[in-house]
Amino acid sequence: MNILVCVKQVPDTTEIKIDPVTNTLIRAGVPSIVNPYDGYALEVGLRIKDAVGGTVTVLCMGPEQAKEALKTCLAIGADKAWLLTDRLFGGSDTLATSYILSRAVKKLEEEAPFDLILCGKQAIDGDTAQVGPELAEHLGRPQVTCVIELTADGDVVRGKRESDMGYDIIECATPALVTVTKTPFEPRFPTIRSRLAATRAEIPSITAADLDLDLAHCGLKGSPTKVKKTFTPSRNKNVQMLQADSPSAVAAQLLDALRRDNVA
Amino acid sequence: MADLTQYKNTWVFVETEGGKAKPVGYELLNPGREIADKRQEKLVAVVIGRGVGEVAKQAVAYGADEVLLVDDEAFGYYTTDAYSKAVTELIEKYRPATVLIGATTNGRDLGPRVSCRLHTGLTADCTALSVDEDTGSVVWTRPAFGGNLMANILCPDNRPQMGTVRPGVFKRREADTARKANIVEETVRIEAGDVRTKLVERINEVAKSINLEEAKIIVSGGRGIGGPENFALLEKLADAMGGSVGASRAAVDSGWIPHAHQVGQTGKTVSPTVYIAVGISGALQHLAGMSGSDVIVAINKDPQAPIFEVADYGIVGDLFEIVPALTKQVLARSA
Repeated sequence: MNILVCVKQVPDTTEIKIDPVTNTLIRAGVPSIVNPYDGYALEVGLRIKDAVGGTVTVLCMGPEQAKEALKTCLAIGADKAWLLTDRLFGGSDTLATSYILSRAVKKLEEEAPFDLILCGKQAIDGDTAQVGPELAEHLGRPQVTCVIELTADGDVVRGKRESDMGYDIIECATPALVTVTKTPFEPRFPTIRSRLAATRAEIPSITAADLDLDLAHCGLKGSPTKVKKTFTPSRNKNVQMLQADSPSAVAAQLLDALRRDNVA
Repeated sequence: MADLTQYKNTWVFVETEGGKAKPVGYELLNPGREIADKRQEKLVAVVIGRGVGEVAKQAVAYGADEVLLVDDEAFGYYTTDAYSKAVTELIEKYRPATVLIGATTNGRDLGPRVSCRLHTGLTADCTALSVDEDTGSVVWTRPAFGGNLMANILCPDNRPQMGTVRPGVFKRREADTARKANIVEETVRIEAGDVRTKLVERINEVAKSINLEEAKIIVSGGRGIGGPENFALLEKLADAMGGSVGASRAAVDSGWIPHAHQVGQTGKTVSPTVYIAVGISGALQHLAGMSGSDVIVAINKDPQAPIFEVADYGIVGDLFEIVPALTKQVLARSA
């Protein structure tokens, strides 16, 4: 099975701090990582390759430094990696990003079509969960979103998709696009040998000039949505700490307070 | 660039499942009503499903001026292909200015498929909505970076302007059953081969019939609970108070409780009357899902836990003593 995994390099949002004066993110010193959901997508792809054979290619749109993320993916087990990079792509919203990705997929498919495209459910910086479905739409392929497991059998993939009440098992013929959320299994680790090999790997780049692209649909100008402003969420509550000699006394205090507030 | 004047009215997609509406659909008729009033246009509910006539009537009671109803076997359960075809066709036919979709798993599957087909902007997982005074465009407010940052997004030049909106953020209006509105039955043809996915099986993992988005009281557990067996303590308290059990991502990721219970940025957004956070430190991504609760109680052994920054009442102590004491007193008081 010919598998493509789309990955994004993101700041580790668990390490992020906000500048209290400018209300902007302090990115300095914040490590860049492979978006964790994309890591799960890669693991799902590698498991399918382990089971039925094939090739796993990773594609990342981003600046030059995103090659580091691709090298991580190579070290983990991807066979090939491509960086999709151009200044003309800067400022793209999800629609423009997915459009550019779709053109890059078409370019890569001149060699061999992908049976399966995997994306992380969402990136932990933007949190939109839109690029996967929009990429599927640009390519005219079916999608299954939010799966925690995926298997392949012939030209059919079968995914376990999160639902509001549990899971749905969904089957779909390839070619298809599947987005992956946190899996019940952990992604595999690179070996020292694979890490060394990945460090030395040359990552080829694809730029706007390589693609059949309508530049009016790329970058900031090609993005229907615009960020008007950013701000930090307000936290202005004053907590009332309850203390008492015994658990039952503090429990009583709380229930009295809730009763006074007319909420319980 | 689209001719914006050709587009009018505010639409709310009311998601249904098994003939019933997801709560967020009715919730969104509330901000939808405000947007429509500010823009001096109609609020239209779009109801798609099988056996959903009653949902259409409810949508009127919750504020819709008109309902577009697609009631057909082909929409008995959600599929990306059938639903995106139906919503896209209706939008192309009627040209709404604004489309609100609940940010459920299915809503976030559907929204990008439709907005991309229409080549317009979609803002994900919004937590506040307003109308820009100068342009009449909707200002979509959403958290990003795991809840560390909020952003206001505009879609100035494309229509419809679309957004998915978090469940549990807006309260539904009082139902007014005397309200009258036109329910327009629409037909969307789904041909063989249109739907390329097949639902093989549904797995219901939620132990009891919980609906966190609608719960008045939620008792939620985090890493501090220590293990799956201790969720029983929270269940007893929740039962005594007539509430439901929630969980932080840490507890869900540890496999202690199914993900359907998860509250937070990557789980559900809830706004109960009382939210009791037990052994939850209060990571931003959790706060993103529950800070809209009316009253927040935090029980934690660490007095520095960030959860206390958003709590109304805080108790520093051993949850294994305090939670059973609470349960006992709730039962005693209601006896």
